[in-house]
Amino acid sequence: MERVEDFRFLRGDGRFVADVNLEGQLHAVIARSAVAHGRIRAIHTGDARAMAGVRAVITARDLGRPVPVIPLRLQPLAELAPFRQPMLAHGKVRFVGEPLAVIVADSPQIAEDALDRIGADIEPLPAIVDREHAEAGETVLFEDHGSNVAIRWTAVRGDAGRAFANAQYVRKETFRIQRHAALFLEPRGFVAQWDGRARKLTLWGAAKVAFANRKILAAAMGLAEQQIEMIEVDVGGGFGSRGEFYPEDFLIPFAARLLNRPVKWIEDRREHLMTANHARETECEIEIAATGDGRILGLRGRSWSDNGAYIRTNGSVAPRNVAQFMSGPYHIENIALSTTQLITNKTPAGTYRGPGRFEADFVRERLIDLMAKDLGLDRVEIRRRNLVRENQMPYPLATITPYESATELDGGDYRQLLDRCLEDFGWAEKVKLDGRLIDGRYHGIAIGCFIEGGGAGPSEDARIVLESDGTYSVYVGSAAVGQGIETIMAQIAGDALEAPFDRIRVRHGSTGDVAQGHGSYHSRATVMGGSAIVLAAEKLRDKLREVAARALGCEPGEVTLDSGTAKGPAGKSLALSELSEAPVEAEATYRGDKHTYAYGSLAAHVAVDVKTGHVEVIDVASIKDVGRIINPATLHGQAVGAIVQGLGGALLEHLVYDGDGQLLTGTLADYMVPSAGCFPVIRSTVVELIPSPNNPLGAKGGGEGEIIPVGGVIANAVAAALADFGVEPMELPLSPPRIWALIG
Amino acid sequence: MRIKLKVNGKTVEAEVAPRISLADFLRDTLRLTGTHLGCEHGVCGACTVIVDGAAVRACLMLAVQAHGEQIVTVEGLSNDDALSPLQACFRKHHALQCGFCTPGMITTAHALLTEEPDADADRVREVLSGNICRCTGYIPIIEAVLEARAHYADQDAPP
Repeated sequence: MERVEDFRFLRGDGRFVADVNLEGQLHAVIARSAVAHGRIRAIHTGDARAMAGVRAVITARDLGRPVPVIPLRLQPLAELAPFRQPMLAHGKVRFVGEPLAVIVADSPQIAEDALDRIGADIEPLPAIVDREHAEAGETVLFEDHGSNVAIRWTAVRGDAGRAFANAQYVRKETFRIQRHAALFLEPRGFVAQWDGRARKLTLWGAAKVAFANRKILAAAMGLAEQQIEMIEVDVGGGFGSRGEFYPEDFLIPFAARLLNRPVKWIEDRREHLMTANHARETECEIEIAATGDGRILGLRGRSWSDNGAYIRTNGSVAPRNVAQFMSGPYHIENIALSTTQLITNKTPAGTYRGPGRFEADFVRERLIDLMAKDLGLDRVEIRRRNLVRENQMPYPLATITPYESATELDGGDYRQLLDRCLEDFGWAEKVKLDGRLIDGRYHGIAIGCFIEGGGAGPSEDARIVLESDGTYSVYVGSAAVGQGIETIMAQIAGDALEAPFDRIRVRHGSTGDVAQGHGSYHSRATVMGGSAIVLAAEKLRDKLREVAARALGCEPGEVTLDSGTAKGPAGKSLALSELSEAPVEAEATYRGDKHTYAYGSLAAHVAVDVKTGHVEVIDVASIKDVGRIINPATLHGQAVGAIVQGLGGALLEHLVYDGDGQLLTGTLADYMVPSAGCFPVIRSTVVELIPSPNNPLGAKGGGEGEIIPVGGVIANAVAAALADFGVEPMELPLSPPRIWALIG
Repeated sequence: MRIKLKVNGKTVEAEVAPRISLADFLRDTLRLTGTHLGCEHGVCGACTVIVDGAAVRACLMLAVQAHGEQIVTVEGLSNDDALSPLQACFRKHHALQCGFCTPGMITTAHALLTEEPDADADRVREVLSGNICRCTGYIPIIEAVLEARAHYADQDAPP
C-alpha cells in the first residue's frame, strides 16, 4: 500500500517549517556560549542593537523573574528539578552552545552579521567532561545543589548477592558506549505569530508532543493553553530528539509577542550538533553470573550516564532504561543494577531511538558471548536456553526504584524468532567462516536477541467526522515524524469504518485537531492513536445507526452499515452522505498503560581488514514480531532505517569533546553518519505472530526495535572475527583506530 | 548584482546580493522550497539541483554564479499532477519516509541516470553516497533508482 504522504514529498511540495513564510516576518538567530563552563560577567548587546535592521536583542534579563526554565515532561521528579535549563543563560553558562541571547532582525543575513557584534564576558571555570571529575565534585555545575550527581536508579529482582556468591561462573567487565545523537536531517525551526488583538499565538514547527509543549509554552508565557495553537507541518525526522521542548520553543514565540511581528528561526547544522539532544554516553561496570552449564543466574553492577549540563524534558528515561532493560528478553531472576545520571559540561542528553536499550543490549549481549566462550558453550544454544518462554508471560522485569516502577513482557515466542533469524541469516553456512582469514580479511558472525518497549500510555484522542460529501476526516493526537502516520491511521480508520481508503483523510499532531493528545514517542502512535481511532469509529457507527434508524423508521439495532449506505430491515437504504445535513462526528479517548514488547533477533556477518581497521558489514538479517501489522511497507521501512542507524552507532558516529568541553565534531564532515555505500545488505523481516493482549488492535509498538541489538551484535561479530588476536571490544564505536588499538 | 538565468525552463531575472547562495535564492526569492537545506556545508546533498545537466549543491553555489545557467530543481522534474517515472519508482519502493532528503535524491538520481542509464548498483550507491538519508537506510532508494533505469534507457535527453 503506497503512502499518501509521498506524492507531495516526491514533487518537492512538502511543507516543512523552513518553507513557511508569513507576511512581515522577522528572522531570529541565537547567540551561544563558546565557553563550556563559566560565570557570565556581562553580555554586550549594544553594538548589535545599533545595527540597521536589528529589531531586538533579548537576553535573560528581558525574560522576567524568575527566568523561566524548561520543565520535565516525563517523570517530573524532585531530584531532577535543580538541573533544569533556563531559557537563556544567566549567572553561569554550562555547555558550549548554551543560548545567551536572541537577535531578531529584518533578514537572516543581518541577524547573522549581528552575531559578530555580541560580546560575552565569561569568566571560565574548569570544564567537567568525564565521570571521574563529575563524581569527584571538586567543580560542580550547580553550586546550590553541591553535586554533579542527579539521581541513581536501581533495578532489583530476586537476590543478586546470594546468586553471585553461589554461582559457578562469574565475569565482570567495563563497557563504554559513546556519545552520539539522532541527527535528523531537517534542522529544527519555528515560525511564531502573535495576534495582539485576539491575544492568540500561532506556532508552526510543532512536532512529537505538541499538546505537552503547548502546556509548557503557555505556562512560560503566562497564557492560557487555548490562546496557543501549535501547528504541525511536515516533519523531517525525529527519532526521539526533535519535538522535545528546547529553549527556542519559548524564545521564538516570546520574540514574536515582544515585537508584535511574526518571527522565524531555523537552526543551522553546527548549531544542531551542539544543541539538539545528545544521547547514549554511558559507562557500565557489569558482571554476569551463571551455572557451569550456561544458565544465567544474575546480572549486577553499576552504570553512569553522562547527561550533559541540564536535565530537560526527557528527565531520566534513558539512564533508567539502561538498568531496567538490561535483562532484555532473557530469563534472569537475580538482578541488582544501578545507573547514575551525571551532570557534565556538555550538551544535554535526551532520548534517542531505543533510549538506554541500545546501551544495555550492547553490555548484555557482549557478556553472553564472553560467557559462552569461557564455558566452551555454543553462543546460539546459550541464548536459546535463557530466553523467556511463552508460558512464563506475562514476565515481570526488574523493579525500578525510586518511584517503584514495574513492567512485564506481554507475550511472544522468542525462541521461534531466534530460530527463524538463524535460518534467514544462513547461520549454519556462515558459521564456517567464523574467525577465518579470507582474501585478506577476518570474517565473523554473531546473533543477538532483543525486546522493544512500546505503547506508552496514558491515552490518546481521536475524532472522526463523516463529512457531508461522504468522506471521513480523521483527527488524531499522534504526531508525524516521517513514519507515515497519514497512511497508517487511514488504514486503521478504513478497517474500523469499513470505508475505502481513498475516502479517508487524516489530520494529526496539531492542537486544533483534537481536545488532547500525547504525541509520538516510545513507539506508541499505532498502538495508542490507532486504538483511539478504533474506539472513535465504533462510537461514530453507533451514532450513524441511530440517525439512520430515525430516518428509516426502525431500531438502531436493525440498521446495518456498509461502506456507503445504511440499510434498514425492510430493504430500505440510505446513502451515508445523505443521513444528515450537518457532518456527524464522534470523539474517543483510548486509555492504556500496559506497555507492549515487540521482540526478535538480529544477526550480522562482518569482515575486518586489520591493516586499515575497516569493518565491512557484509550481511545483516533481522526478524521481529509486532503482534499485528498495519502497513508492512512502512513497518519494514522502520526496521531497515533503525538497523542502519544502529550500524552508525556501532561503527561511525561519535560526538567528541576536548578537555575544555569544546565540541570537536561540529559538522557533518566530522560526525559521520551512514551513507548509501556503507551497508548495502540489510535483510529485515517483520511478522505478526502473537498479538499483544494489551490493546484492541493487538499491536505492539514497532518503530525502534531493530536499533537496539545492533551495537552488541556488531561488537560480538568483530570479536568472533578477531578471535585469533584475542580482541574483545568493550567500547563503541568500532572505528578503524579503535580496531587497531584492540589488535595492539 | 543583476542575474538572468533559466529555472525549470522559465527565464528569471533578479537582483541578488553577492552573498546569497543559489539555494536561498531558489527558496526565498523564487519560492521553490522543494530544494532543502540540511547542512549548508555541502555534505548532506538535500540541496542538490541540476545545473546544466550536472548535480550541484545549491548551498555551495552563489546565486550570482548561476547567471546564464540552466537550473532544474525537483519541481521541474514532474508534470502538473503526475509523478515522473523516477518518482513513481520511489513511491513504489517506499524509498522515502520523512521526505526531507527526497528532492536531493531525486535530482541526483535523475542527473546520474540521464548520463548513465546503465549505472549498476555499485555506481548508484557510489553517486548517492553524497546524499544523507536518516530514515530509510538507503536500501529502498537504491532499489527505486535501479528500477527507474529502464525509463532512461531509450530516451534522448529527458526534460
